[in-house]
Amino acid sequence: MKKSVQNLKVVSNQRLNKDHALLELKSEVLLEGILPGQFANILVDKSQNVFLRRPFSIFQVDYKCNSIFILIKGIGGGTRALSKSLVGETLSVIFPLGRGYTFPEKKSKVLLVGGGVGIAPLMLLATMLKQSNHQIEILLGARTGEDLVELGNFAKYGTVHTTTEDGSHGTKGFVTNHALFGDELKSFDRIYTCGPEPMMKAVARLAYQNDVDCEVSLENTMACGYGVCLCCVTETTGGHRCVCTDGPVFDIKQLKWQN
Amino acid sequence: MAELNIDIAGLKLKNPVMTASGTFGFGVEFDDFFDLNSLGGFVVKGTTLHPRQGNAYPRMAETPSGMLNAVGLQNGGVKYFAENIYPRLLVYNTNILVNVSGSTVEEYIACAEQINELDHIAGIELNISCPNVKEGGMAFGTSCPAAEAVVKAVRKVYNKPLMVKLSPNVTDITEIALAVEASGADSISLINTILAMAIHAESRKPVLSTVTGGLSGPAVKPIALRMVWQVSKSVKVPVIGMGGIMNATDAIEFFLAGASAIQVGTANFIDPMASQHIIAGINNYLDRHNFKSIKEIIGGLQL
Ligand SMILES: Cc1cc2nc3c(=O)[nH]c(=O)nc-3n(C[C@H](O)[C@H](O)[C@H](O)COP(=O)(O)OP(=O)(O)OC[C@H]3O[C@@H](n4cnc5c(N)ncnc54)[C@H](O)[C@@H]3O)c2cc1C
Ligand SMILES: Cc1cc2nc3c(=O)[nH]c(=O)nc-3n(C[C@H](O)[C@H](O)[C@H](O)COP(=O)(O)O)c2cc1C
Ligand code: FES
Repeated sequence: MKKSVQNLKVVSNQRLNKDHALLELKSEVLLEGILPGQFANILVDKSQNVFLRRPFSIFQVDYKCNSIFILIKGIGGGTRALSKSLVGETLSVIFPLGRGYTFPEKKSKVLLVGGGVGIAPLMLLATMLKQSNHQIEILLGARTGEDLVELGNFAKYGTVHTTTEDGSHGTKGFVTNHALFGDELKSFDRIYTCGPEPMMKAVARLAYQNDVDCEVSLENTMACGYGVCLCCVTETTGGHRCVCTDGPVFDIKQLKWQN
Repeated sequence: MAELNIDIAGLKLKNPVMTASGTFGFGVEFDDFFDLNSLGGFVVKGTTLHPRQGNAYPRMAETPSGMLNAVGLQNGGVKYFAENIYPRLLVYNTNILVNVSGSTVEEYIACAEQINELDHIAGIELNISCPNVKEGGMAFGTSCPAAEAVVKAVRKVYNKPLMVKLSPNVTDITEIALAVEASGADSISLINTILAMAIHAESRKPVLSTVTGGLSGPAVKPIALRMVWQVSKSVKVPVIGMGGIMNATDAIEFFLAGASAIQVGTANFIDPMASQHIIAGINNYLDRHNFKSIKEIIGGLQL
């Protein structure tokens, strides 16, 4: 569907833990063909002193109810205000924006690696990969077990593995400390990842070393979200490219992340 | 419905609302949002003779009522523009201006010569005010002799409407305005961004890769209004006002201060439809106050 500015109605706001909320936003325009990794740029209520819109991955799409889901982690003024949105209020949202993850042509074995709120684009990705019958392993990392959300829903689409820095859930350490990053890594046809940049760089390095295809979703700060301000650029083999229009998803071969 | 059309030194605008360079891409990005022909005109990205990669990321810092940018004129160069972008602009029936920048007078000339060949480009907006490049840019807009030299040189090779965009980073904006008017500018646009800085206290580092950048948005509006007022009183050529225009009321204030047209910049990021709401709002204001034409309020400040 074409990108547009829409007023979406908040139909539910579920608090998942102390700092994560899941919003369901209903559209009046028929939703179609939204890709995992695409995002929405949401205006924060004026009283919050937040000037620019805030970008969020499209977490899930419910085509029957014509709504999109947004997973929000409160880290600052904008995200905290949006995570407290009330059912019934409307939010100004520009979407769908950006280029999403791509799908393998043949039936494949894929690994989804999410860190922190970087799990957000992976839910829609897992949903769509499952629809085309790929074999899916999902590895989610967080600081503590408390910070891991939506494990049950991920489990509908693949085998879920976890790592936590304090060892309170799953393997202790970072995602790359998990056994999946050992000898088994070579057995995957593709890795999809989203999370803090140091985590994605570590994942990308191992993907390079093991010669596995890998797509990452970047979270550069943005002003417009649709390719006109050139504030969100990342260094690629083709020079500076906008994360909001050429990404947020990039094949690691396009990025200068080899080292 | 009042009349919104206005002539700006050879540019016939169907309404006085344009969009500002660097905030509107090449226009085509807005096709999904609205019909570009509804605009009085639009100014495309800053264009230079040679391709430029721009500055390193991070290039943006947010403030409570505006933003700093340090894009640094990233663009594919004038040849790329002419070959790859220009053909896509032929479908639009509005005034398209190219914002031209350079590090040397020779670069400005060579770039303007190539734009001169493009029939569908209505005019040049000469950017002598970019604060985000090491050489040239703002340096041409902060001294009278330098501004005169570059405007005169471009005037010689460019025979369509020449709008010159001024920097607010000067002690007396009217001196520069008079200098560019005397050197052949058909109109004057202002303001470009204001040199500014942002620091991240926790990491004790600058937010921008370039340390300093240009401030835009509502934070700069009072300064922009003051400068538009000073300049429009001192020159005869039309003035195009911008700086923090977010809605129609802001736009009206610029007309009252003496602007014959306005440009919408940072507001496009918050709401891609901003220019459309502003056009409707200007119409509404004129009707409410029983004005027959936009021309009746230009410079209409009641002192
Ligand atoms: C394409 C994309 C998709 C995203 N998807 C989601 C999502 O699904 N769910 C979600 O919760 N968040 C997501 N984010 C991140 C989210 O947009 C930011 O957390 C949000 O903009 C922060 O706004 P704020 O006002 O709460 O914080 P601010 O007050 O603006 O910032 C708080 C602190 O975080 C830092 N910070 C903020 N944004 C960034 C950034 N992008 N990179 C590095 N440091 C930063 C600031 O420097 C500051 O120190 C996404 C970002 C992008 C670009
Ligand atoms: C991200 C960004 C990029 C810009 N790039 C240019 C440019 O290439 N050339 C130019 O003359 N002005 C440029 N400007 C300045 C704007 O055109 C405008 O003069 C300024 O932002 C003030 O208006 P505003 O407050 O409405 O944005 C840029 C501004 C921003 C925010
Ligand atoms: S955020 Fe404006 S170009 Fe990407």
